[in-house]
Amino acid sequence: MPDFRRSDNDRSPLKIVVTVKQVPDPNSNLTLEGDNTISRDKEAVLDPGDECGVEEGLQLKEAHGGEVILVSMGPERARDAIRKGLSMGADRGVLVSDAALAGADALLTARVLAAAIKQEQPDLVICATESYDGSTGMVPPMIAELLGFPQLTFAKKVEVDGSTIKIHRQTADGYQIVEAPSPVVVTVTAAIAEPRYASLKGIMAARSKEIKQVSLADLGVEKSEPAEAIEGVVDAETRKSGEVIEDDGTAVDKIVQVLSAAKVL
Amino acid sequence: MASILVYAELSEGKVAATSLELMAKARELGDVYAVALGSGAKAAAATLGKHGAKVVHVSEDAAFDDYIAEPATDAVASLVEQQKPDAVLFGFTPDSREVAGRLAARLGVGLIANAGDLAAQDGSFVAKVPYFGGSKVASMKANAKPAIVLIRPKSFEASESGGTAEVKEIEAPVADASKRAHIAERVVEASEKVKLEDARIVISGGRGMGGPQNFPLLEDLASALGGAVGASRAVVDAGWVPYSMQVGQTGKSVRPGVYIAVGISGAMQHTVGMKTSKVIIAINKDAEAPIMKMADLGVVGDALKIVPALTAAVKAKKNG
Ligand SMILES: Cc1cc2nc3c(=O)[nH]c(=O)nc-3n(C[C@H](O)[C@H](O)[C@H](O)COP(=O)(O)OP(=O)(O)OC[C@H]3O[C@@H](n4cnc5c(N)ncnc54)[C@H](O)[C@@H]3O)c2cc1C
Ligand SMILES: Nc1ncnc2c1ncn2[C@@H]1O[C@H](COP(=O)(O)O)[C@@H](O)[C@H]1O
Repeated sequence: MPDFRRSDNDRSPLKIVVTVKQVPDPNSNLTLEGDNTISRDKEAVLDPGDECGVEEGLQLKEAHGGEVILVSMGPERARDAIRKGLSMGADRGVLVSDAALAGADALLTARVLAAAIKQEQPDLVICATESYDGSTGMVPPMIAELLGFPQLTFAKKVEVDGSTIKIHRQTADGYQIVEAPSPVVVTVTAAIAEPRYASLKGIMAARSKEIKQVSLADLGVEKSEPAEAIEGVVDAETRKSGEVIEDDGTAVDKIVQVLSAAKVL
Repeated sequence: MASILVYAELSEGKVAATSLELMAKARELGDVYAVALGSGAKAAAATLGKHGAKVVHVSEDAAFDDYIAEPATDAVASLVEQQKPDAVLFGFTPDSREVAGRLAARLGVGLIANAGDLAAQDGSFVAKVPYFGGSKVASMKANAKPAIVLIRPKSFEASESGGTAEVKEIEAPVADASKRAHIAERVVEASEKVKLEDARIVISGGRGMGGPQNFPLLEDLASALGGAVGASRAVVDAGWVPYSMQVGQTGKSVRPGVYIAVGISGAMQHTVGMKTSKVIIAINKDAEAPIMKMADLGVVGDALKIVPALTAAVKAKKNG
């Protein structure tokens, strides 16, 4: 009997979608607008977590052949985040941009991304476990549910074996080997792969790669009300700062005193 | 009276600490129902009863242990349909957030994640959520019913209220169609002497430790004090130490008697996991590092010199 399952070294192509989000530059300070939304006019970059997702997508493509498509939802300028991924080597991008999406919550974001991803019919969707600014990691499981895909989460390693996707899922005390039939949504941790630098050649090539822009109407998605309303914003409680001392040789004694006072010594 | 459904996470057949914390809050908000899925669910129901659950819906089907998210989502979704709770509470933990995400998408109601507190207001619920890099707190009111809220570990103190829950078996078998993301193998790497979450004293190292070769200095201090060693994400990502040691937003939340941050700058994503420690000591060569502003004692100096000296002093004091 011939074995129709694809083995590791068989190169039947994989269609991989990587979701990429543009986030405020981690190295710049945030400011708040009058309506309590976070100001969007800051320097913005491709989410560092998604950069790892792009890298993993590219490595899977290199191993198995196929295509890496970047999908993003955001304002016009989120094009730059897609362009960054294209210059690393991804093949093309899709940007969902629509004025009606300002202030979208996780569910609307997931509905939009799921609709855009569906049109691509991928074998594999790669997201970061959580975004740099939202950082709640709620969008990926929602995308999985909306697409009807299983989810393989917290992956620090991904393997494709025929139509089975297998990951090492990071847990509190080690990892689990989890597998599911494709298509799947995989979320990757920062430990998965060190993102490559875009080469000059890559940057030049990215200029002519396609970024398709679509609106809510193109996707047939209707805007929904956000799940929550911000009623107010106050400063977070901060701990009172205590004593700060230079280590002039007596610091150890001081620490020992504090440990004794706290009754741990 | 509002009705609150608590998703009780089981870990190794026991109710996760975070779920019991949620029970304490849920009791304040209304009548509490819980759901426990997987091996140990029935025993868990007894524990949940002691913590105030009126009814616990259980199933010990092994599929809940062996398949990620989908079987649990099916079970909770059908409970929500039958019981029509006003709120469904989850811990903001890796396993629970996967179920909550799928559930919210299936019900089409959205959710509030990363809440630090929750209160009833005008027939709905208002959650406190860190905002703006954690320097602010937003009050977010749930627009949907049920309100799905994910609450950060260690936000509340668990306590028994006494009582016995009625146990209701979930009859429907897990659908084969939901048996997809299969946990084929579990690999345990960490051999913690003292569990980080339970330790009375936690000593965490960051990039300022200089490299993995210096982490034994922290181990020595921890064993002298009977504590556990934690780490910042920067050194976990760099591969110096395993993820099991990570403290912070995407790692563990700890609340020890004393937390010693060594060579850690004190980014919000780190401090969110340790700022409720009773006493915080920071050792950092930069007097301006953010961690210094929240420490009860900040020592400006070289960690690689101070830590071994401290270990020696602790040992001397114990023996003398
Ligand atoms: C979505 C998201 C989630 C995150 N989750 C977490 C999380 O769960 N946990 C977490 O920790 N971080 C998390 N982070 C990362 C966080 O933002 C910081 O990058 C990280 O905490 C920094 O680690 P660090 O303090 O070890 O390194 P650095 O910020 O590089 O700080 C090193 C410190 O060491 C000091 N130092 C250097 N040499 C010495 C010496 N010889 N002696 C004494 N001090 C010295 C320096 O002055 C400096 O303050 C997250 C980030 C994101 C975007
Ligand atoms: N607007 C968006 N555009 C593209 N991808 C997104 C967007 N929002 C979230 N994602 C993906 O989902 C991951 C987790 O985001 P979050 O749920 O916001 O923490 C991100 O790292 C992205 O991969």
